[in-house]
Amino acid sequence: MRAALLRLTRSFFFGLGFLEVDTPVRQPVIIPERNIIPLQSGSWFLQASPELCMKRLLAAGCEKIFQICPCFRAEERGRLHLEEFTILEWYRTGADYYDLMADCEAFLRYIKENFWLEFLDYGHLLSKSVFYGADGVNLTGVWERLTIAEAFTRYSSVSLEQALETDRFEELLVENIEPRLCIGSPLFLCDYPALQGSLAKLKGENPEVAERFELYLAGIELANGFSELTDGSEQRQRFDDELRHIHENGGKTTGMPECFLRALDDLDRAAGIAFGLDRLLMLIMGRRTLGEVVTFTPSEL
Amino acid sequence: MYSASDLRKGLKIQIDGNPFIVTDFEFSKPGKGQALYRCKMRNMISGNQFTQTYRSNDKFEKADLDERKMQYLYNKESDYYFMDIESYEQIFITKEHLGDNINFLIDNMELQVLLFGGKPIDVSLPIFVNLMVIRADPWAKGDTSGTDTKPVTVETGYVLQVPPFVEEGEKIQIDTRTGQYVTRVKD
Repeated sequence: MRAALLRLTRSFFFGLGFLEVDTPVRQPVIIPERNIIPLQSGSWFLQASPELCMKRLLAAGCEKIFQICPCFRAEERGRLHLEEFTILEWYRTGADYYDLMADCEAFLRYIKENFWLEFLDYGHLLSKSVFYGADGVNLTGVWERLTIAEAFTRYSSVSLEQALETDRFEELLVENIEPRLCIGSPLFLCDYPALQGSLAKLKGENPEVAERFELYLAGIELANGFSELTDGSEQRQRFDDELRHIHENGGKTTGMPECFLRALDDLDRAAGIAFGLDRLLMLIMGRRTLGEVVTFTPSEL
Repeated sequence: MYSASDLRKGLKIQIDGNPFIVTDFEFSKPGKGQALYRCKMRNMISGNQFTQTYRSNDKFEKADLDERKMQYLYNKESDYYFMDIESYEQIFITKEHLGDNINFLIDNMELQVLLFGGKPIDVSLPIFVNLMVIRADPWAKGDTSGTDTKPVTVETGYVLQVPPFVEEGEKIQIDTRTGQYVTRVKD
């Protein structure tokens, strides 16, 4: 089933005229992000996402690219986390985050229809699937787009501003909001606080938030997409802030991604998204943990 | 010290001077946000449970626990005396603290005693113990129902239900986790 998902993912993007790319997994400098702990490999690092290299390809002239690759984040382990996992990322030039939401809608509909055709004779194995099970989600129509601020107003006891001030953003999101997003169809949670998207473009009419969204399916976060920040000097400023924050909190910093910053000058409007393929496979197969859908779990190695 | 990334089911930590065991654990990390470690914990002395969410930079003290092999010696009123098999050191645990365990204690029995900061907080008995039946009603011949049970008293004073063929003077095996009869045993 993993093989079928990988094959169908490729055929979907080939159908849209995307180019598949293959960039180095091991890099001397990776994205400075305060909440991601890098996994070291010799004196270099394993990527937490292929974002930097893929955006350099956009700057070099590629217009629509996708990649399926392993990514690594230290100390992340749980029902929905593994230190090594499989990411699908795709990027479009001349696009913004709304275009990516439309891609998500088309992608999941394509996977749902074609995956079923491949496993017609094995339907009984998919009885708990979020696509094909009795309580399966509805993928038709335009999916709901809910801003983070609205989500806090609707489902939490305090507003987004209060949650950020008291450092309870994540806690309220996980305990009060995410369980309510399991609504029978997918949903985009959008316009995240500016601080939580260091590579995302800020919203023109409201620079407090970034043009960024997370796709939720059955209450589980599947993808993170945004309109790309393409202003090199603003990006340098944001990386500086991240590096300082990591340093002040005793974390390991990997330095400034200079090659990436230089390339950014050649990039105009663009948007990109990271999609968790293991989580999608888990939902399609109706399993509860990522460990059940990877070929080998860390403890089996 | 443990850090949040060490948290997992079964980890024993110390909070405000009390030992706790993590009974349920869930890691989450929404979007680009901070990692959260949600733990359900049980106080290993009082049994009280609570749930708490921790962050990556939270730190925890290791619980000062020690498990030692001991031998049950005797009881004097409500104090039950045990001897460390290696050091010959003697300790006592109160009847109240031992709870149902006293139903299965016989002289010279070896068991594990869990100490917290040098004080005993729990004992782990062998899963199966063999005890002598000291009182049983005779089997009423002719009772052919077969599924019936009858009460017997074993040497510790514990009363349990057994099949009707068990007689006074016989030894029976008891599962200490459930307190139930397993089988008859021959010496």
